[in-house]
Amino acid sequence: MTGEICVVIETIRGEVTELSYTMLAAGRQLANGLKTRLSALLLGNGVRHLAGTLGAADRVVCVEHPDLADFNPEAYLQAIAGLLRSQPPRVGLFGHTAMGTDLVCGVARRLACPVAVSCRTFAVADGEPRYASLICGGKIIAEGALPAPTCLATVMPGGYKAEEGRVQKTPPTEIVAPPPPEKPARTRFRQYIEPPAGDVDIARQDVLVSVGRGIQTKDAIALAEELAKAVGGVVAGSRPVIDQGWLPTTRLVGKSGKQVKPKLYLALGISGAPEHAEGMRDAELIVAINKDEKAPIYGFAHVGAAVDVLELMPVLTAKVRQVCAGAAR
Amino acid sequence: MNIVVLVKSVPDLVEDLEIDATTGLLDRSFLRLIPGELDDHALEEALILKERHGGSVTVVTVDTGDVDETLYTALAKGADRAVKVVVEGLEPGPDNTRLAAIFHRVLAGIPFDLVLTGTQAVDDLDGFLGPMVAEAAGLPYVGYVTRVESTDGKVVARKEYPGGLCADIEVTRPAVLGIQAAEKPPRYVVTSKVMEAMKSATIEEETSPEVPAGSGLAVSRMYVPETGAHAEMIEGTVEQVAEALAKLMRDRGVVA
Repeated sequence: MTGEICVVIETIRGEVTELSYTMLAAGRQLANGLKTRLSALLLGNGVRHLAGTLGAADRVVCVEHPDLADFNPEAYLQAIAGLLRSQPPRVGLFGHTAMGTDLVCGVARRLACPVAVSCRTFAVADGEPRYASLICGGKIIAEGALPAPTCLATVMPGGYKAEEGRVQKTPPTEIVAPPPPEKPARTRFRQYIEPPAGDVDIARQDVLVSVGRGIQTKDAIALAEELAKAVGGVVAGSRPVIDQGWLPTTRLVGKSGKQVKPKLYLALGISGAPEHAEGMRDAELIVAINKDEKAPIYGFAHVGAAVDVLELMPVLTAKVRQVCAGAAR
Repeated sequence: MNIVVLVKSVPDLVEDLEIDATTGLLDRSFLRLIPGELDDHALEEALILKERHGGSVTVVTVDTGDVDETLYTALAKGADRAVKVVVEGLEPGPDNTRLAAIFHRVLAGIPFDLVLTGTQAVDDLDGFLGPMVAEAAGLPYVGYVTRVESTDGKVVARKEYPGGLCADIEVTRPAVLGIQAAEKPPRYVVTSKVMEAMKSATIEEETSPEVPAGSGLAVSRMYVPETGAHAEMIEGTVEQVAEALAKLMRDRGVVA
């Protein structure tokens, strides 16, 4: 993989994640721009058949071992660093995810190369690869070169279509044994904990009334519930609201929660940080209410209004009821 | 169990972020800094573990300006020690490579079983603090953790994946964990308690000898993305906005 583009494919429970295809699309662009090869690094146990959807890559390097069956931070780190140290890529792409962020800094240190995180798009200018990162909750974009000879990056969704990276073709695949670890891994996968069942599935709703930090207090959830009832939807929320314990984790929209695609997504007091955007930007109609006119959510919402959410909720509830009553007459 | 919590100061995103016209980078002259939100969750998880298993909690932060309140607040919440690391000549907004090297240096002088910090911070660009410190110290790292349980010589970290799925990962101590969310919302402490801590408790000041090298990652420019460009904005009073939205929902067949 020396001097090439390398994408570290992520799998969970025997399936390639959506973001892996986004990374392949990004990697393809970089490889074409730099006129080099794109390699996909696939780790796991009994995963070689997954190479069948990695056709965007020029080849797949598949590392199989029982210790890699489920994600184990240190075992994965040792395997990836061991491989890349002997053949350092020009650019190595990792997911900006629970897996990629555990690995990228350790691999970079062992390769003595820099890292750029939160990358959304890449480019090649004058033969040099460049990154554009979305930082500060989506309020700032930072751009720069990915320094030679090797640089690693974490990729967040939004910059490339996963479909572009999903190619149903098996590229030439090399099966390799993981390099012998320097020491036994001090981390061990024990078990999966299933998400709590029994609550409504927000991914199956036509209308979501989603609340963010801007609602300020737990009491405001009641206002959102009223509004949800009026519009025939369900209340969901962004990370800060869930972390405060104002809504159960089953209602979380975004990176670590659910990906939703309702007919209407009413975003109330949500700034639109990348982690949240990841879960809802494909909704058919996004209506955003946020007093901050510079909130990143206005960059991808369809309709917006910079008014106070707490003032708006009861008034909107009443108006929707009026409209419904009018329609029924 | 002795726990060290690493806290990083980050820009308060509630404020307007400006780009310095000459440097092309984030203007830090009027920037309000606050402790990282996930670092606050890391402190909470540390305090929960202390309540459960005994031991001590030490909060460490690098003095990048105005960190005393953060440290006194941590002491008021129940931290045993607060350490402010002063680094002569450290530029504002040091990158994570520098911060990780400074934290690693300080950790050498504090006995610990566990280091907790936020999984990430809003202004991360050259890596993440937790795994960088872990790698420098030769310790294992697990991030996106939402619960920590202690068993003999080990901890079990509950790691969060998308869609509400989690995995329990067993980690040999000492280790570094990146906290995504504490088991409970971070505790609130009233101002009077913080004032009390200011009088009764002390912040230990440690001087770090020199500014370590940065990441080598180049930032050629920063800019504020065009946000208003996409959404069609409805102007007017709350009443008018509600009226327009109700009609829009009706016209789109969302409500009937």
